[in-house]
Amino acid sequence: MTLLAFARGPALQAATLIMIAGMFWRLAGILLLRRRPAHAAARHSLLVRLSGGARTIITRTIPRRNFWPRVATGVSMSYVMHIGLFVILFAGAPHILVFHQITGLSWPNLPKGVIVIASALTLAALVALLVRRLNNPVLRLLSNVDDYLSWLLVFLPITTGILLSGETVAGYGTLLALHILSVEVLMIWLPFGKLMHVALVFAGRGVIGFNFARKGAAT
Amino acid sequence: MSTAQADPVAKAMRSFIGDIGPTIALALESCMHCGQCAEACQYYVQTGDARYTPIHKIEPLKQVYHREVGPFAFAYKFFGMAPKLTTEKLTEWQDLIYDSCNMCGRCSLICPMGIDIADLVEQTRHGMYEAGLAPADFLGVLAEKEHASGSPFGLTSTQFQDLLHDIGRKYGVVMHVDERQADIVPTVSSIDVKTYPGSMAAIAKILNHIGAPWSFRTDGFDADNVSLTAGDRAGQNVITQSIVKAAIACGAKTLVMPECGHSFTEMRWEAANTYGKDLPFRVVQITELIAENISSGNIRVNQITQNATYHDACQLSRRGGATAAPRVILAALGVTLHEMEDAGDANWCCGGGGGTALIKRAQPLRDKAFAIKQKQVEATGADVIYTSCSGCRQTLDHGGKSAGWNKTVGSLLELVADNLIPRARSDLSEIKPQIIPMPGNAPMPVAE
Repeated sequence: MTLLAFARGPALQAATLIMIAGMFWRLAGILLLRRRPAHAAARHSLLVRLSGGARTIITRTIPRRNFWPRVATGVSMSYVMHIGLFVILFAGAPHILVFHQITGLSWPNLPKGVIVIASALTLAALVALLVRRLNNPVLRLLSNVDDYLSWLLVFLPITTGILLSGETVAGYGTLLALHILSVEVLMIWLPFGKLMHVALVFAGRGVIGFNFARKGAAT
Repeated sequence: MSTAQADPVAKAMRSFIGDIGPTIALALESCMHCGQCAEACQYYVQTGDARYTPIHKIEPLKQVYHREVGPFAFAYKFFGMAPKLTTEKLTEWQDLIYDSCNMCGRCSLICPMGIDIADLVEQTRHGMYEAGLAPADFLGVLAEKEHASGSPFGLTSTQFQDLLHDIGRKYGVVMHVDERQADIVPTVSSIDVKTYPGSMAAIAKILNHIGAPWSFRTDGFDADNVSLTAGDRAGQNVITQSIVKAAIACGAKTLVMPECGHSFTEMRWEAANTYGKDLPFRVVQITELIAENISSGNIRVNQITQNATYHDACQLSRRGGATAAPRVILAALGVTLHEMEDAGDANWCCGGGGGTALIKRAQPLRDKAFAIKQKQVEATGADVIYTSCSGCRQTLDHGGKSAGWNKTVGSLLELVADNLIPRARSDLSEIKPQIIPMPGNAPMPVAE
């Protein structure tokens, strides 16, 4: 079996299984804990509370204007990285092809040049975020192995993806295999570390939005 | 120390584990280590010390969660990623969880993952208290006294009854005490008892004006709940249960919380859970009751000419959802309101919240925290600062004196009481006469 066949076959199946099972296990471990009923009379109806939760999922995307001046740098870097990742993943032609093979769905892609620029910006933002993490006393204090490992596991697919698009350092087959394997390692780590925020962000924001809407307080 | 501890770590761990449900677990799983919470915290903003990063303050709770409760606890233990909790760790965290957190909740408002960090601090304090690590001077001592007597200053039912009648005589206001039936039951804060007794006269004056049957209860009166800020759940329970029982005993429909932030948090948002079922009455803060009655036309007030600003108590506004009520009142009074930067939901704490005002050694840090408020107040150019929390009022009073302010710090409640427009005679006929018990009325026993 070639490296590419391994990456496309058993490795992909194993990574997908571990990712789904790990996410399920982590979410179940949170949700199945003993729940205590909230007896305090809510200020608003269930509908208002639910809409508070849904609204907060959106509104927490950008910090309030009161906070913005102090967090603008980090948030901006983070957004360049996240938007870049989104563009690469959902607007790059090879990725759309993969989605089409899996789901049957397809949509127009952005030109390769745009994807290359997005990749370069994403990579630059990732490096800037790492430099910031290493130099900012608060981030240095909070950081652990998970932060640096997760960073590396996002860095590798982007790097191998850029190399793949240029086909400079190795042949297409080898680079594609390395790119797919780097994504699979990321998938395997996703449920266990901070990358799980892809799911937890919705739950966390929704819960605080619901709870604070219950109080009639700002969400 | 709160109590002598045989095994403080075990007690803290038991407390942490007992507190963790899905919401807390979700919060403890979600942190991305982005550090934004630090930028919302006045202790970090004022000192630049990374240790004051809010999410870092709850590290002992997080450590126990990952090691003992979380879905990957086995891996955390096996790989040594979450070390065992130690007395040294808890002791090291004491100043972070008490001295440098006013539980204001700005961090909870900024967190992009929706982690209610202030709530996690409250849970962490539970474990710290159980471990005997509440700062003794004065927070722990007052909490212990409150736990034992129902009042942080040990005020007995009889003393409270005498005090109310003294205040009634001094301020010329009719006091209703231990009535058999009362629709409205007000509570007091021990800060009011010690420092601002006029606020109790103001409550009585306003409730007399509203006209519904009301009564102070000597069997459940002190809503201060220092225990909540110290982390003493059992003490918190004693206070809460005594007030709930007292209100139920006289058939109260409305329990009125005094000008006190965290007592509102406790009775409005936590008491029903402590009680174990829905409360048979509603709980409102006095500012909300006044605003309601102004809106319905039941209270009318004089127009006053003042340049004022309003300080939001964190537990009433951001954490309590009562941001609008004081502004309704100030508008009715015709006060020219000069809002501070960040006023309302994103306000900064006065510096004395979360029991920090009761920690003697925290004074230098508290002064740094107050400096933000001082700057914001001065920027408004207002002559008077109103607030609806006697804890904030005291902090602003003390801070203002240190800063050499020529500004007055006032209670919104007292401002309304001083400016009530008496009812017309035709309105008065609709009010049922009240039976006022004599001072010798047998006080109810303090709740067990």
